[in-house]
Amino acid sequence: MKLGILINEGPYQHQASDTALQYVKAAIKKGHEIYRVFFYNDGVNNATKLSSPPQDDRNITKEWSMLAKDHGIDLVVCVAAAQRRGILDKDEAKRNGKDADNLEEGFRISGLGQLVEAGIQSDRLITFGD
Amino acid sequence: MSMLHTVNKSPFENSTVLSCISLCSKNSSILFIEDAVISVMKSTKFTDVINNSLKDFKIYALKPDLEARGLSLDNVIEGVKVVGYEEFVDLTTEHDSVQSWL
Amino acid sequence: MSEQAIIKKFMYVNRKSPYGTIYALESLEVVLITAAFDQDVSLVFTDDGVYQLMKNQNTEGIGMKNFSATYSALGDYEVKKVYIDKESLEERGLSLSDLQELVWEDEDEDYAEKSLINLVSRSELSEIMNNQDVVLSF
Repeated sequence: MKLGILINEGPYQHQASDTALQYVKAAIKKGHEIYRVFFYNDGVNNATKLSSPPQDDRNITKEWSMLAKDHGIDLVVCVAAAQRRGILDKDEAKRNGKDADNLEEGFRISGLGQLVEAGIQSDRLITFGD
Repeated sequence: MSMLHTVNKSPFENSTVLSCISLCSKNSSILFIEDAVISVMKSTKFTDVINNSLKDFKIYALKPDLEARGLSLDNVIEGVKVVGYEEFVDLTTEHDSVQSWL
Repeated sequence: MSEQAIIKKFMYVNRKSPYGTIYALESLEVVLITAAFDQDVSLVFTDDGVYQLMKNQNTEGIGMKNFSATYSALGDYEVKKVYIDKESLEERGLSLSDLQELVWEDEDEDYAEKSLINLVSRSELSEIMNNQDVVLSF
């Protein structure tokens, strides 16, 4: 089946992103297709490459990034939610006159329409949040 | 249509568990994850609510979340099915739609 | 264009009061986008979500933008199904008259203004919810 995932909470503060990671790994193992993972609300904070957790803790951003690399999963960050919270790719940084960008590899920034599209195209849309 | 409801809040924290139960239609299933797994333990003030709900719905709880919180599987209310992440995936695909109560 | 032909039933369940968290505002933003995609959109206000529609919201004192007027645009976006949980209103000592009116204009009836709001019981809501394709709770 085609599964769409929506993540509405940032990493570490809440278990949502961890649960989503475990769910996505299990779904891939079972042969399902992850159509898209969409990051909204504070969920956009999962995409910052500046995150530097202690050595003995999991690196949630890196885990998403590696999943995207290994399985070609489309990780999409909502542009409006990301701008509010300071998550920018090179283009967005330039457009907003900022001197730095922080989007982790494997993520891309796009509009809310990508979430609606995930709802339309996926067989199921599952939300993880607070 | 059958719906899978997921809840992730402790019933001691807020009313989400109760709201979910009150809006679930028959033949629905409820999966308790994260802090909501507290709901399915015996001898709490919510045990009766869960026992009554078992008459109308199938109820599941995520095993890794129970174990992480030191909650003994022996103390899970009878009739509640304890599942792993792979069964969580199966539940989402076996039902027609999923509502995550946030 | 063939992708656009798929029309699914999207339901947005609002359960939180506005301003304390951003969920009400960011939910409304998705609702409007979904409507722009010509999907079959419905909105539910239950639990503390009913406070999102309160009349006379004044946010000057908290320094945040008052977005409550945006709900009145729902009709213009062809969102015609707004369900309010009767029990949630009653539990909070509220009635429909405490909430803002939401209308759409019916072109077929000389742009007569019709209410978007349906006051429903939990069992009615449960039934409506069960018939959705995609349910998003904020």
